[in-house]
Amino acid sequence: MAEILVLVDHTDGAVRKPTLELLTLARRLGEPSAVFLGQGADTATEVLGRYGAHKVYVVDAPEVEEFLVTPAVDALTQIAESTSPAAILLPSGPDGKETAARVALRLESGLITDAIDVTADEDGPVTEQSVFAATYQVTAHVTQGVPVITVKPNATAPEPAPVTPAVEKWDVTFGPASAAVKVLSRAPRERSDRPELTEADIVVSGGRGVNGAENFAVIERLADALGAAVGASRAAVDAGWYPHSHQVGQTGTQVSPGLYLAAGISGAIQHRAGMQTSKTIVAVNKDEDAPIFDLADYGVVGDLFKVLPQLVEEIERRRG
Amino acid sequence: MKIVVCVKHVPDATADRTFTEDGNTDRESVDSLLSELDEYAVEQALRVAESGVDADITYLTIGPDDAKDALRKALAMGGDSAVHVSDEDIEGSDAFGTSLVLARAIERHGFDLVVCGMASTDGTMGVVPALLAERLGVPAVTHLDELAIEDGAVTGRREGDSATVRVQGTLPAVVSVTDRSGDARYPSFKGIMAAKKKPLETLDLADLGIAPEQVGRTGARSAVDTAAKRPPRTQGEIVADDGAGGVGLATFLTAKKFI
Ligand SMILES: Cc1cc2nc3c(=O)[nH]c(=O)nc-3n(C[C@H](O)[C@H](O)[C@H](O)COP(=O)(O)OP(=O)(O)OC[C@H]3O[C@@H](n4cnc5c(N)ncnc54)[C@H](O)[C@@H]3O)c2cc1C
Ligand SMILES: Nc1ncnc2c1ncn2[C@@H]1O[C@H](COP(=O)(O)O)[C@@H](O)[C@H]1O
Repeated sequence: MAEILVLVDHTDGAVRKPTLELLTLARRLGEPSAVFLGQGADTATEVLGRYGAHKVYVVDAPEVEEFLVTPAVDALTQIAESTSPAAILLPSGPDGKETAARVALRLESGLITDAIDVTADEDGPVTEQSVFAATYQVTAHVTQGVPVITVKPNATAPEPAPVTPAVEKWDVTFGPASAAVKVLSRAPRERSDRPELTEADIVVSGGRGVNGAENFAVIERLADALGAAVGASRAAVDAGWYPHSHQVGQTGTQVSPGLYLAAGISGAIQHRAGMQTSKTIVAVNKDEDAPIFDLADYGVVGDLFKVLPQLVEEIERRRG
Repeated sequence: MKIVVCVKHVPDATADRTFTEDGNTDRESVDSLLSELDEYAVEQALRVAESGVDADITYLTIGPDDAKDALRKALAMGGDSAVHVSDEDIEGSDAFGTSLVLARAIERHGFDLVVCGMASTDGTMGVVPALLAERLGVPAVTHLDELAIEDGAVTGRREGDSATVRVQGTLPAVVSVTDRSGDARYPSFKGIMAAKKKPLETLDLADLGIAPEQVGRTGARSAVDTAAKRPPRTQGEIVADDGAGGVGLATFLTAKKFI
């Protein structure tokens, strides 16, 4: 069966959920092989096998940590050149997308970024993308070379398909250091006890209406009552009330949860770009003319500082 | 220092953007403007020039005739000159075609620093800067929230996929900057008047030694099969808070099984 390369996203061997989604999608196209860069392959191999990776290609070279993106490009290109895969899947995100583009350029292949679904067709993978602030749905395919595709988180639910992977170590020849970007320091993203934005089934977001960093406790309290992730509009992030890693929208994270609850957010096009594919949308806003209400399945015209605490109380009461 | 800033003329994001029948972005029915995300690139280039570095700033765009408007807007913010690459055969290019044309134009002009936006607001791929660096054989110091040019190197802060990193590359280099890098200035009246007199050169594919089949729809390595408008979301029940808005919301969420 055709081999499908999947670039593994991990921190010290802890594999992140989107990689498991990629392995699940890869199985629709052929037999997944995971490409693991850096340290921690021993820990990762079991998980990768559980989600169907028949092979794990390991590149454990210091360059992977010392330089940005280009070591991954060298590694993936060289592995692809000798394994001739039927497709290469990578996580969407600045690192994944830049790696994908440069690999595709070197392999003289086509590239599709930010796929929200990948299916098999007789001529190869067909992708689905959501464009123009999620107002259009586009299907596309690569017409030249090995399809290189980056996939957004939550494209599919990870499904186990256990195998025992063959582990192969690779010695990669890294290109000119003069064209490489040095990583001077690295601060892994802080992990909170709440679900991650892209992985959560419920997201509760606050905007300018929250009016202060300390007031975000109101948003967090509701998020915790619902087991939700916390999001924020760019206005709230720019004001310094909440970290940028929680920004929802065009230049933040794009989410597609079962429930998105927007409080004190007006619903600008750039914010909608990050949330309007959510299954159910709820808005709480003082201004009855706020555009967010146009897409709300349920809206409360009112003060979020009254509505949200009452909602939390009611949730607790109903749960006894 | 020779700085080239790549700017794109894009359909207004706040208007209803659509596709043409052959699956390309429709550039006719909607007003276009300088991509807001490229204003941040212009701003950073101007700040480098203002920091005491002896800099010459050129704006570069690929696009139809009216893409000149994007160049004039950038020139009104500051900078020295502009290059417009325009050729019918470029229409329908993918990121590979676009980066090829930009790279050739940049090589022709000469550069120490190329500044790009983090992504175009219509294509939103965010890969052209990396492809440019790959083609030019220089470091790609991309997706920067913060940057400094010192001792022949560019240093910056980048929020990557799973970590925030401080990165550094030697010049010449390609950088891209995010919408967190610093607010872009508004053109002054004086700037708008001055922009009209700044040199603007127009080039076509032949000037850059690029064969038509390398770019455009023929050169593209992927194809759109279908483009369908999502059904617009319909408004549900909107209620005014009468003092029990939270309880009403809880009832809705319970019915939807979120509670
Ligand atoms: C290139 C570009 C990229 C962008 N990317 C993003 C992005 O990724 N994400 C993003 O969010 N934005 C983005 N924006 C910004 C976007 O255009 C809006 O400015 C932003 O989303 C506004 O945030 P907001 O809704 O919180 O603030 P506002 O628009 O100021 O809305 C605040 C709302 O809160 C309501 N309110 C106030 N007090 C209360 C109260 N006590 N109770 C209830 N309601 C209250 C008000 O009625 C108002 O509707 C981008 C803009 C540009 C140009
Ligand atoms: N047609 C174009 N003309 C000039 N610059 C462009 C063009 N397309 C992309 N760019 C540059 O590349 C960046 C990223 O674009 P993209 O990869 O298309 O999202 C933009 O912010 C611009 O700086």
